[in-house]
Amino acid sequence: MGGEEIEITPEVTAERIRKYLEEGKRFDGRNTNEFREVIIERNISKKAEGSVRVKLGKTEVLVGIKMDVSAPYPDSPNKGNLMVTAEFLPLSSSRIELGPPKFDSIEVGRIIDRGIRESKFIELEKLCIKEGEKVWTVFIDIYTINDDGNLLDAAGIGAVAALKLAKVPKYDEEKAKVLYGEYNGDLPLKKMNPFAITIHKIGSNLILDPTREEEDVSETRMTVGSSEGIIYSLQKGNSGYFSVEEIEKSFEIIEKSWKELFKKVEAQLK
Amino acid sequence: MATNFKRPDGRKVDELREFEAKVGVIPNADGSAMYKSGETIAIAAVYGPKKMHPQHSQDPEKGTLRCTYNMNSFSVSERIRPGPSRRSTEISKITEWALEPALMLDRFPNMVVDVHINIIQADAGTRCAGINAAAMALAHAGIPMRDMVSSVSVGKLDKTIVVDLSKEEEDYEEGEGPTDIPISMTHSGNITHFQLDGKIESKQLMEAVELARKACEQIYEVQKKALKDSINMEEEE
Repeated sequence: MGGEEIEITPEVTAERIRKYLEEGKRFDGRNTNEFREVIIERNISKKAEGSVRVKLGKTEVLVGIKMDVSAPYPDSPNKGNLMVTAEFLPLSSSRIELGPPKFDSIEVGRIIDRGIRESKFIELEKLCIKEGEKVWTVFIDIYTINDDGNLLDAAGIGAVAALKLAKVPKYDEEKAKVLYGEYNGDLPLKKMNPFAITIHKIGSNLILDPTREEEDVSETRMTVGSSEGIIYSLQKGNSGYFSVEEIEKSFEIIEKSWKELFKKVEAQLK
Repeated sequence: MATNFKRPDGRKVDELREFEAKVGVIPNADGSAMYKSGETIAIAAVYGPKKMHPQHSQDPEKGTLRCTYNMNSFSVSERIRPGPSRRSTEISKITEWALEPALMLDRFPNMVVDVHINIIQADAGTRCAGINAAAMALAHAGIPMRDMVSSVSVGKLDKTIVVDLSKEEEDYEEGEGPTDIPISMTHSGNITHFQLDGKIESKQLMEAVELARKACEQIYEVQKKALKDSINMEEEE
């Protein structure tokens, strides 16, 4: 928005993206509802309770899980806490500047948080140490490494994958100390995969997994957190609108894409 | 939707809470409005269009809509810390996105339109009440608009779709629990704001969208009447 040194997709490119899409084509040869190659690298930090690197084409994010013991929230005295933060690192794009968190990163954190929380993917009730006093907090921290579009979906895949790899550290109750590096079994999770999948509208076309250039041209978007056809969270983002028909069609596209994504992620976590 | 489900306050599934709209509640503002739904009260004030400062934030192609949503610390049972939070930052942005498609901002290059929303009393549906008030305030300020925007929260309580959730319903714990689905749309039926927290199948979600459309129709009529009344009042003065 406005800054002259920030690289924004030029209008000629934008025009061509729109024109190609009218014929159902994209610069990289993908179908409108096709994800780029998904690559998941496991355990990228030994200090994390679980961690992954996720690549969607050239887009790359790191997601790590840390756990600590703290007091529960008053309205859930026997449940663990969940906290999701996303940091858009300046190293991942010339567009990102140093400074306090901008809206984009706050939004990613909140959307991923809601998908995980509402689906009850993490069995937070099993993360209570002493009711009303001590519970585990699960921190999901997301860092962007390279922004070539669709950081949001990459972050969501990363959060689910990292949680699946996470282990609960041992806790010394007498000394009130977390024994990092020693583990007490896997993080308790439900058998599900609440990925966040974002659909973008460009002209009359609905597309998935946009590149940076395509994302710049996107008029509006909608992120759906779902697992096996059940929707747990949803958020329309950006100005612009969807017709009721477009929303209905989006749900079909997302449901189909979830199945494909599930297979790809599952195969890499085995 | 035949069901034995009873709402805590006895409303029908498609019945809105008692709601009220008023235009011109803040004399200093270029446009202002109040929207009340049940116990939820939102006020909104519009200042602008005015020159955008700092200059590097100016958009030479179109005006900028800038919304701020703020909850008073005493608007909820447990006092909330004054000042912006992650939640309020997000709602502010969502509000901009909900309203912008209805505005003709291309008429105001390099300018900004500020919309300040304040929640005085909260009983669920505050973002929707804020959007309803803001849309009226923008019209009241004379900002050229393509269409009106109306907003409502629909929800699923266990398995039943209902409209305009109260706080008590938002905290509903039985069966599948609550699913909160705030939706905003233009009068022509385009969806400009759509969020969801909970658990629902896409088919039932489409039913919820339809219920929201009908509710927004009712809200639109009240918004329109409030705007007309404000003009009549000014003429009388």
